[in-house]
Amino acid sequence: MAGADVDVGTELRLGLPGGGAEAAKAGKRGYEDTIDLKLTLPTGGMQEDSAGKPEPAADKAKRPAEAAAADPEKPPAPKAQAVGWPPVRSYRRNAMTVQSVKIKKEEETEKQQPAGAAAGANGSNFVKVSMDGAPYLRKVDLKMYNTYKDLSIALQKMFSTFTATGNEGKMVEAVNGSDVVTTYEDKDGDWMLVGDVPWEMFVASCKRLRIMKGSEAIGLAPRAKDKYKNKS
Amino acid sequence: HCSPSARPRSSSRAMSEEDEDQAGAPPKRPRAASPPPPPPPPPPDQVLDNVLETVLQFLRAPGDRGAASLVCRSWHRAESATRASVAVRNILAASPARAARRFPNAHHILLKGRPRFADFNLLPPGWAASAFRPWAAALAAAAFPALRSLSLKRITVTDDDLDLLARSLPPSFRELSLLLCDGFSSRGLASLASHCRGLRVLDVVDCELNEEEDDEVSDWVAAFPRGHTDLESLSFECFTPQVPFAALEALVARSPRLRRLRVNQHVSLGQLRRLMALTPRLTHLGTGSFRPGDGAEDEGLDFGQMLTAFAAAGRANSLVSLSGFRDLAPEYLPTIATVAANLTSMDLSYAPVNPDQVLLFIGQCRSLETLWVLDSVRDEGLQAVAMCCKKLQVLRVLPLDAHEDADELVSEVGLTAISEGCRDLRSILYFCQRMTNAAVISMSHNCPELKVFRLCIMGRHRPDHVTGEPMDEGFGAIVRNCSKLTRLSTSGHLTDRAFEYIGNYGSSLRTLSVAFAGDSDLALQHILQGCSKLEKLEIRDCPFGDAGLLSGMHHFYNMRFVWMSGCSLTLQGCQEVARQLPRMVVELINSQPEIEKTDGVDILYMYRSLEGPREDVPPFVKIL
Repeated sequence: MAGADVDVGTELRLGLPGGGAEAAKAGKRGYEDTIDLKLTLPTGGMQEDSAGKPEPAADKAKRPAEAAAADPEKPPAPKAQAVGWPPVRSYRRNAMTVQSVKIKKEEETEKQQPAGAAAGANGSNFVKVSMDGAPYLRKVDLKMYNTYKDLSIALQKMFSTFTATGNEGKMVEAVNGSDVVTTYEDKDGDWMLVGDVPWEMFVASCKRLRIMKGSEAIGLAPRAKDKYKNKS
Repeated sequence: HCSPSARPRSSSRAMSEEDEDQAGAPPKRPRAASPPPPPPPPPPDQVLDNVLETVLQFLRAPGDRGAASLVCRSWHRAESATRASVAVRNILAASPARAARRFPNAHHILLKGRPRFADFNLLPPGWAASAFRPWAAALAAAAFPALRSLSLKRITVTDDDLDLLARSLPPSFRELSLLLCDGFSSRGLASLASHCRGLRVLDVVDCELNEEEDDEVSDWVAAFPRGHTDLESLSFECFTPQVPFAALEALVARSPRLRRLRVNQHVSLGQLRRLMALTPRLTHLGTGSFRPGDGAEDEGLDFGQMLTAFAAAGRANSLVSLSGFRDLAPEYLPTIATVAANLTSMDLSYAPVNPDQVLLFIGQCRSLETLWVLDSVRDEGLQAVAMCCKKLQVLRVLPLDAHEDADELVSEVGLTAISEGCRDLRSILYFCQRMTNAAVISMSHNCPELKVFRLCIMGRHRPDHVTGEPMDEGFGAIVRNCSKLTRLSTSGHLTDRAFEYIGNYGSSLRTLSVAFAGDSDLALQHILQGCSKLEKLEIRDCPFGDAGLLSGMHHFYNMRFVWMSGCSLTLQGCQEVARQLPRMVVELINSQPEIEKTDGVDILYMYRSLEGPREDVPPFVKIL
């Protein structure tokens, strides 16, 4: 089996409002040598902005950058966003997220093959993504992404709307800052932690994604290790 | 005699948000005090009443109808009996029974639900989830026996509601339009298709359908009755699952009256070509993905074939509106140039078109009146639009990447170009990262016909990026110079001075949206005391408190609603409003129900109502 080329730097955190980098580190990490793929979602910026004092945009950008500086290998945390700002409907946001990743991909392909027209991805691999507490499912096309990092950025954008708003109180306890992790169901029907295997293998075997509470995911990792150890 | 339908038919209804709000008195207004009992009236002059009714039928504009109904009792009676188009712009403001008593001959009913800021996730789901239930029940019980057409906007409609309607609406029922609705799925659509005989219009636009497992999705397209259908318009661009193409093709083939067809993103280019061949007289086409697929319909598809398909549509001269392009394969974009000359409306807002691609067809778009694009077209693309589309009236430039720190793609350069090229501009929505007062001032001078000006500088509190000054002068110029302005959305760094201008000059403003702006209560005072025609006020994250709110007490009954979120209101201030205005429903909403909020008001949403506070109130809502 090809060596697990997954870059350690793809570790991302899913921090709920109130949870920061520190809380995530304190969270459940039972298996040192698996990559914990956690998504960082932007913290709801409403409380900060309700004072409404004019503040240069540059200062705003500094704050979350400082929070992320603790772990330089992680992708920079997105700037603290206000809920529902800019005022664009989530359907449109999601549609555009998929599009803009695709364009970047096409631009890269064009640079490599100037003669051929970028035909875009052949086929697609839409899988359902559910997040515990979110009122409805989403879908992502795994063929749109090249790395776990791209996927996590897309999922962040897709689900950022859910972390800051109510959802009828079914949201995971935000105040504890407990982690959520991303898991996927593979072809055999087993639920695995995302990030365990090389990206291509993941895309080939992933059937659906689920973002769940860290506490519920604790039992998954050994199966991933054993499963792929035996196959190699 | 038969009364003509009073509903204006707009060419692309989904895009006519700017036009829907009509001036004048609302259909129903709570009276502050009841008038003294009149002396016994003389016996009604039957002939005069008939004449009145016949004449009033020709009165179409909602404003005129509202004014006519206030003249005297007999005019009120005659107007109510002849009103064909009934708009309940807040379904919480009036009950279906009341509406049915007053307007028994309604042919078309428009119902609007949630406030607009709910679109941006500011309102928790379930806020008024069962508001439509009594309406569904009333409609099913034939409260409006002459009903032909129903339009719902921002309303939660369940599959059961749709099923009930489908089975019980009168045979005269022809048209259903669901805009920005949610709560239903393919099952509801299947009910409509199978039970609503004679359905002519089924438009499902920008709705958020309930997600279904693949094997649960109903084939609603196949549920339409066998034999010819009366379908004139079928729109399902927001329908997320795939629709079996064979069923869709068969439906289109047996719908000879079909003039408007807008399909979802799963319809490939080859499939689109097949559908276009079946509908030579289409006026509105939603093109689906606009990319070749893998199926049989796309085998051997090439540029030439698509060019031929559009050329045929061009010869028929009927196509006026194009939308879709949900997964645009840019090499096929030039094929639309053959129909471009006749187009009045184009929606490319899901297609990341770059300036070079714009140039491939924009030169032909001489008749274009409505254009929606992404900012991927950049300033250069907008300059091309300004040069070619001299008849442009409505422009939307939406962000490819809707984040405050996204790349800057359009700027004041594009706005200035548009203002210089498109002098007939009525309505603009412009997202950007940077703007200058000079460009906005320039637009205020160049485009005197402006009715809607919505500028969204995505970075909060951003000043004029050249001078560093607040954007006060720019917005001030807009309200001062655009005398027809009815709708304004502000952004960028604004001080109280901007609102002083708005209050002083915004005498025709009906809708105002303010976000992250102002210094103090003075700003809100300017608005409420200055804008005498203000009907809808949406404010978020501004430093406005009780003093500002209370300065509008004299005016609130004239308004449809006030929304204030993330401001500095207190419970006491809101209670004072509720106390002085008993017909106002004052809702305090907690946008994050899982976090207990004890101090301050999170969201204030208040609206006048004839029915008093509603009963189905979720736990995160408190009605004072």
